[in-house]
Amino acid sequence: MIPAQFDYVAPATVEEALSALAEAGDEAKVLAGGQSLLPVLRMRLNAPSMVIDLSKIESLRGVRDEGDELAIGAMTTYQTLLDDASVREHLLLLTKATETIADPQIRHRGTVGGALAHADPAGDLGAAALALDASFVVTGSSGSRTVPASEFFSGLFETAIGEDELLTEIRFPKHTGWGAHYEKFVRVSHQWSIVAVAATVKADGGTIQEARIGLTNMGDRPLRATGVEQALVGQPATEDAVRAAAETAAEGTNPPSDLNGDADYRRSIVPVLTRRAVLAAAGA
Amino acid sequence: MTATADAPATARPEIGASRRRKEDQRLLTGRTRWTDNIQLPGMLHVAMVRSPFAHARITNIDTSAAKSAPNVVSVFTGAEVAEEQGTLITAWPVTPEQNTPNHPPIAVDRVAFAGEVVAVVVARSAAEARDAAELVEVDYDELPAVLDLKEAAKDEVLAHPDLGTNKSAFWQLDSAGQGSGGAVDEAIAEARSNGIVIEREYRQQRLVPAFMEPRSVVCDPTGEQITLWTSSQVPHIVRFALAATTGVPESKIRVIAPDVGGGFGGKLQTTPEEWITFLAGRRLGRPVKYTETRSESLMAGHHGRDQWQKLTLAATKEGRVTGLKVDLLADLGSYAAIVGGGVPVLGAWMFNAIYKFDSYQFNVTNLYTNKTWVDAYRGAGRPEATYAIERLMDELAAELGKDPLEVREMNWIKHEEFPFTTVAGMTYDSGNYEAATARAKEMFGYDELKAEQQRRRESNDGIQLGIGVSTFTEMCGLAPSRILGQLNYAAGGWEHADIRMLATGKVEVITGVSPHGQGHETAWSQIVADRLGVPFEDVEVLHGDTQISHRGLDTYGSRSLVVGGEAVVRAADKVIEKARTVAAHMLESSEDDLEFANGRFGVRGTEQGVTIQEVAMASFHAHDLPEGAEPSIDASATFDPDNF
Amino acid sequence: MTRISVNVDGSSYTDEVEPRMLLVHYLRERLGKVGTVVGCDTSNCGACTVHLDGRSVKSCNVLAVQADGHEVKTIEGLADGDELHPVQKAFRECHALQCGYCTPGMIMQAVDLLQEKPDPSEEEIRHGLEGNLCRCTGYHNIVRAVQMAAGQEVTDVPTFEGSAS
Repeated sequence: MIPAQFDYVAPATVEEALSALAEAGDEAKVLAGGQSLLPVLRMRLNAPSMVIDLSKIESLRGVRDEGDELAIGAMTTYQTLLDDASVREHLLLLTKATETIADPQIRHRGTVGGALAHADPAGDLGAAALALDASFVVTGSSGSRTVPASEFFSGLFETAIGEDELLTEIRFPKHTGWGAHYEKFVRVSHQWSIVAVAATVKADGGTIQEARIGLTNMGDRPLRATGVEQALVGQPATEDAVRAAAETAAEGTNPPSDLNGDADYRRSIVPVLTRRAVLAAAGA
Repeated sequence: MTATADAPATARPEIGASRRRKEDQRLLTGRTRWTDNIQLPGMLHVAMVRSPFAHARITNIDTSAAKSAPNVVSVFTGAEVAEEQGTLITAWPVTPEQNTPNHPPIAVDRVAFAGEVVAVVVARSAAEARDAAELVEVDYDELPAVLDLKEAAKDEVLAHPDLGTNKSAFWQLDSAGQGSGGAVDEAIAEARSNGIVIEREYRQQRLVPAFMEPRSVVCDPTGEQITLWTSSQVPHIVRFALAATTGVPESKIRVIAPDVGGGFGGKLQTTPEEWITFLAGRRLGRPVKYTETRSESLMAGHHGRDQWQKLTLAATKEGRVTGLKVDLLADLGSYAAIVGGGVPVLGAWMFNAIYKFDSYQFNVTNLYTNKTWVDAYRGAGRPEATYAIERLMDELAAELGKDPLEVREMNWIKHEEFPFTTVAGMTYDSGNYEAATARAKEMFGYDELKAEQQRRRESNDGIQLGIGVSTFTEMCGLAPSRILGQLNYAAGGWEHADIRMLATGKVEVITGVSPHGQGHETAWSQIVADRLGVPFEDVEVLHGDTQISHRGLDTYGSRSLVVGGEAVVRAADKVIEKARTVAAHMLESSEDDLEFANGRFGVRGTEQGVTIQEVAMASFHAHDLPEGAEPSIDASATFDPDNF
Repeated sequence: MTRISVNVDGSSYTDEVEPRMLLVHYLRERLGKVGTVVGCDTSNCGACTVHLDGRSVKSCNVLAVQADGHEVKTIEGLADGDELHPVQKAFRECHALQCGYCTPGMIMQAVDLLQEKPDPSEEEIRHGLEGNLCRCTGYHNIVRAVQMAAGQEVTDVPTFEGSAS
């Protein structure tokens, strides 16, 4: 319940944070909202020598409308996102997924960038970011680079962020008018997802024109169900049609086995959750 | 059950009235007294080093790095304190032959479950104690562990090799043997040829009591006595057991359970953590505190349930039950906890529940495994029994194609048959299952729901309706002491109360029970307000401190109101009798001419009278008391029920 | 050690703390604000809930250094002198507590919920309290208390004798 000793800095700018990171090397941990990091420190599952707190860097907070995209600062809290009308209008899936994260107290502190950089395969934002074709702005001492969502998640708790880099912004192409739903399967409401499906759908007159589907906790990283996406194109948003298209949702996944369910169990429920998510997203 | 004389008449009875709880003001505003809140001058903090193995021999412990860590005051191992640490006791060896492993608070040379304490660090802050605990190097030789109950019964892998067996005890209740019914094997044989036999095996899974407030202990050895604050349901039992096992005289130990955040049976234990904190305080001569983390609580606080239940029920073709045979395997975990062995035994009187069976046999084998120890949890042995017998009744109904309630009614004790001695040998004084069931059916809309269920079945509705029923009878307040003695239970079943009549008319009620969320302060105030006719607000209930409440057996097993509440009533009646003598003197009347109502002694047929609070003042200044009367109307009572 | 200044329940405090010190430990051990309690290791239980700059947080999941320059409100700062906060009153009226250990966190979260949604539905209340555990199985009455605090009609609670004391 008491973390091991660490040194602490709270830099005011990204540059200062990067130099602190360079100085401390791989012994440092970056603190965003801290809602996943602090439990790990309290249980002494990790004992960094240095914690770099980004909370004083104002430039990392907030949502900016940049025409075709919304740019979301890495230190934007879940609650800010939920309160933001432009996110709801253009990225409904992100709002829907964020609503299901943990509990209100956690949503008041936890940040979008922190969650995505932490890359917990049971975290809820990865699948949504993947489905929404987000791009990740990663900043190092030599400047920023942009990583597409498809390349950002590289393994269990692993991302394309280098040791001396920070995730500073996540950019989402607007999906204005797309329906969305995040179907989360848990035993207890504030639990991590056992399995979840993020679906956003562009429908016209009851026909699905395009669909984007991300899967949570069906492998060591968030996954896209591209087979289902293709199968849905041109289909009516009906129970039977969507059920048929969703049947292959488990293809290419490699879900974990744990106390909440074994891999086969997860494979068997993911088509069901996908059907529910797509139908809800299509407003059916 | 014990009859209580009618309460003196009061204008507006408190008992039965809805009262805002006296406890709530402090709980709502955070002005609470949890054990972990306590900070004392120079207080040190304890951290435990716990075994990650379920079963292992300790080959070496190197504490040198921990000892030299900043602000560490002491580090000790079980071997270093083996002589002085005492041992944890079991208060209920269910048979004289019970196998009981020695249970040192700190393991000395072998650990028997994951989470067992192997070394203790004491430092100036909790953080420094935890830091240093990480520096203690323990070498283990892992031993084979027995983790499955049925495996344990085979005695192939032993939880405690030195015992030579995993079996703690075998205990039996047989209706033919004790004369309370027929022979169950005969009933089963008869049913096999000419009736119905239902054989089932049910699992009662292990669970964790999981009170909200983690356990916390503070030991203050400053002064003449050693004071131990502990988040416990049983401060009196902790005091007794500390004295009995550490050599410290009982009169030198004061145990206080302040505000306690839930227990559910999980805090009726005498724990290694209490013994260790007590030891650390004594060794160092300074106040020490230990507060567990939730992880430690889940690992090392006792668990509940964990049984395999093998059941054979014999019935006639019509569904009248002629016999029930129960064969239990019960997991005690790694050690015999304070009443761990007795919990499964409590089921013996409950499997027959509200029913009339001709014959009955209950067998339980208590076994050790290398898992966390097991003890009382919510109902302790009785819900396990209820689950089994009610499942069996449903199975019997299904076999017969009858309504589950009809089968139950065919077998239960009719209201005109009370008092009734059951096949287990227990006497039920009263009951009316017909009326209670009729009321429940009405409230539930049973007949309408049955009709709806039928409709849904016939129309093959996508949503089907299931209806579950269960009966339940409970035994509260283990007693009398004489019977507990026959069951080898180490304590009695009585409870104690004191009432102090203060000079200013206020009343202090001291109870030997120890609440942890039940609202005793409110309920006991209502009892006393009614009995003595004083305002509810004038009554203060004190508890949970062995120096204030010197006699008590604490709170568990649904005993507080039925035993402790009755002790309060009896103490109040003694106060009234003492006060009557003084009142008669004050009123220059004879005691026989006084009637006591609404807190006032009145002279029959006159307007003359004095309140009991005025009598309290007269007894305080004692200027004019009747010949031979002591200057006090305080009184005490200890109550021992004559039946469960 | 890091120097911090925190306003807690209306008073300003300046302290040197280890960066690893959790806000809940700072409140309890340094400031004696023991009304806020610890129930778990995993930030599941919500017993330690306080308000940080007006929004509810789990104070086991915030470092004391992160509260530097910010404002904290605990259960001890909620009542106005002897006058209980409406949520505290409603908890008492609805018998929404038994052992009382979850109560401070439960009340602080309920206050936050009602700030955001002054007239919540029962479902919104249950979701709003999803980060707080009660072990005495008192959720039903807790939900009623929040409804009462919101000024909604609550029928299935006891009617008490006499005035609140």
